[in-house]
Amino acid sequence: MGLLYGLIAVGLALIFGLMDVVNFAHGEFLMIAMYVTFFLFTFFAIDPLLAAPLVAAALFVFGAVVYLLVVRFAVRAKANAGMVQIFSTFGLAIVMRGVAQFFFTPDYRSVPHSWLGGKTISIGGIFLPEPQLVGAAVSIAAFGALYFFINRTDFGRALEATREDAGAVALVGIDKNRVFALGWGLGAALVGLAGAIMAMFFYIYPDVGASFALIAYVTVALGGFGSVFGAFAGGIIVGLVEASTALILPPSLKSVGIYAVYLLVVFVRPRGLFGSM
Amino acid sequence: MDTEFAHRRRRELIVAFCLAAIAATVPLFVKDVYVQNIMVLTLMYGALSQSWNILSGYCGQISLGHALYFGIGAYTTALLFTKFGVLPWFGMLGGGVISAVIAMALGYPCFRLRGHYFVIATIVIAEIGLLLFHNWDWAGAALGIDIPVRGDSWLKFQFTRSKLPYFYFALGLACVAWFVTWWLEDSKWGYWWRAVKDNPDAAESLGVVVFNSKMGAAAVSAFLVAIGGSFYAQFVSYIDPESVMGFQFSLLMALPAVVGGIGTLWGPMLGAVILIPLTELTRSFIGGSGRGVDLIVYGGLIVLISLARPQGLIGLFAPKRKEVAR
Repeated sequence: MGLLYGLIAVGLALIFGLMDVVNFAHGEFLMIAMYVTFFLFTFFAIDPLLAAPLVAAALFVFGAVVYLLVVRFAVRAKANAGMVQIFSTFGLAIVMRGVAQFFFTPDYRSVPHSWLGGKTISIGGIFLPEPQLVGAAVSIAAFGALYFFINRTDFGRALEATREDAGAVALVGIDKNRVFALGWGLGAALVGLAGAIMAMFFYIYPDVGASFALIAYVTVALGGFGSVFGAFAGGIIVGLVEASTALILPPSLKSVGIYAVYLLVVFVRPRGLFGSM
Repeated sequence: MDTEFAHRRRRELIVAFCLAAIAATVPLFVKDVYVQNIMVLTLMYGALSQSWNILSGYCGQISLGHALYFGIGAYTTALLFTKFGVLPWFGMLGGGVISAVIAMALGYPCFRLRGHYFVIATIVIAEIGLLLFHNWDWAGAALGIDIPVRGDSWLKFQFTRSKLPYFYFALGLACVAWFVTWWLEDSKWGYWWRAVKDNPDAAESLGVVVFNSKMGAAAVSAFLVAIGGSFYAQFVSYIDPESVMGFQFSLLMALPAVVGGIGTLWGPMLGAVILIPLTELTRSFIGGSGRGVDLIVYGGLIVLISLARPQGLIGLFAPKRKEVAR
């Protein structure tokens, strides 16, 4: 389960953690991805597993467009940059929920009979649901790819440099908007992957994102901003903490453990576990 | 220069008094209960946002967890009244004091955090509060508390027949919140807070005790917000954790200040006057379909306003001043 939070958080780690842009619509990105998966399944009978790359591609475009239409202006704001980012993306989240309600109605939907849905696999006597297992595998792969991408490619370096000093970057001929639009697209594409996998075992409804978004923020912050590995570690910790809280507290309180651990960690290490900012 | 400043301060006070006086006479002409309801909510959110603005606007410690204090205010009043028969007035004061103490207790570890780490900590703390109240059976758990109606009286702060007393209380609260802000703006604390906001390290080196000034701002802010929460509990006479402590409350409290102008004296009130009627009207006129059109309009407006005027709408009224780029 922790790796699933990791999977949702990995896209956010890129947008929020590496580009230092607040995205309060992250949960809604996830919601859109789940709906895209749902419709691909219902109308074209494409299994979520096969749909995942398509969903990721669709979300890539969506993320880049959101950046160019909204976030680009929010990042440029001279006054109260933080608040402008929070509230423009929050407004966007409300719009996206409204649009989802308008077109898809508030009904709960689910993807029945996917290849892996409901199947379990037994490893050494422990039964694990297959979709979650695939989610975990995808999550590890996605983190690995992102880590490689950020640290070993020109684009990754350009991204980090742009966050550090957009002015200096412009001098060496990197277009800030292009880099960030690609970064947003990539972050959204990762959320797309998460959404496609989650659609296999979660109900889909317009507000579904809200329940995951906060945990994703906590995951990224727990690991520390600016660290891909931190977000990955954060995801695992969040999953373990949630599972162990569920053992001692009633299920409705399971998130309390996650939040408490976040507070404990930042009180001791104000920049998260592996944070550089 | 000094006298010009004093003039401006006095002018602000006079303008506020005139506006309050005008607002006080509005119910004489507007008898429609629905409109009166919107006016009460507008004043309440104005007051809440003004209080939020003290910590987040002036002192720069962006809190998205103020729903916690709102909820504590509402619950203290409601619980004291329903379980022990304590008059809401004392509950209100008690809720305010409890909130202020909690704000300082939480501020003690939290104010060492900066930036996103701080904001997320405030959200998470409010969320823990919400979950605890959800599971606290004595306090009604998820079902919440129904405040029994014991007839109209100022003593019990309950009015079933007319909304006017609520209106005047909300107006009073808004005035108090405004006046506290006005008074603090030119006090030692006000200057400290703005110094802390602009550059905490520089402020510290000049002898501002950064930590204490953050604590002061948190306490004042939480106290006033809790009073607002108590008022809300009496106004709607039914509370549950989600309706007084939900995350959306923290955002709704911050929104008027952001729209009107964060860290300004008039911004929160201006933002509330624009936003709250807008929210209520879109909800009742185009929200009836239940298909989310009201959300699209409302969210779209937030996006547009925050992008178009990052410094808030108040800038439209002020004489042109040179923008200081950060």
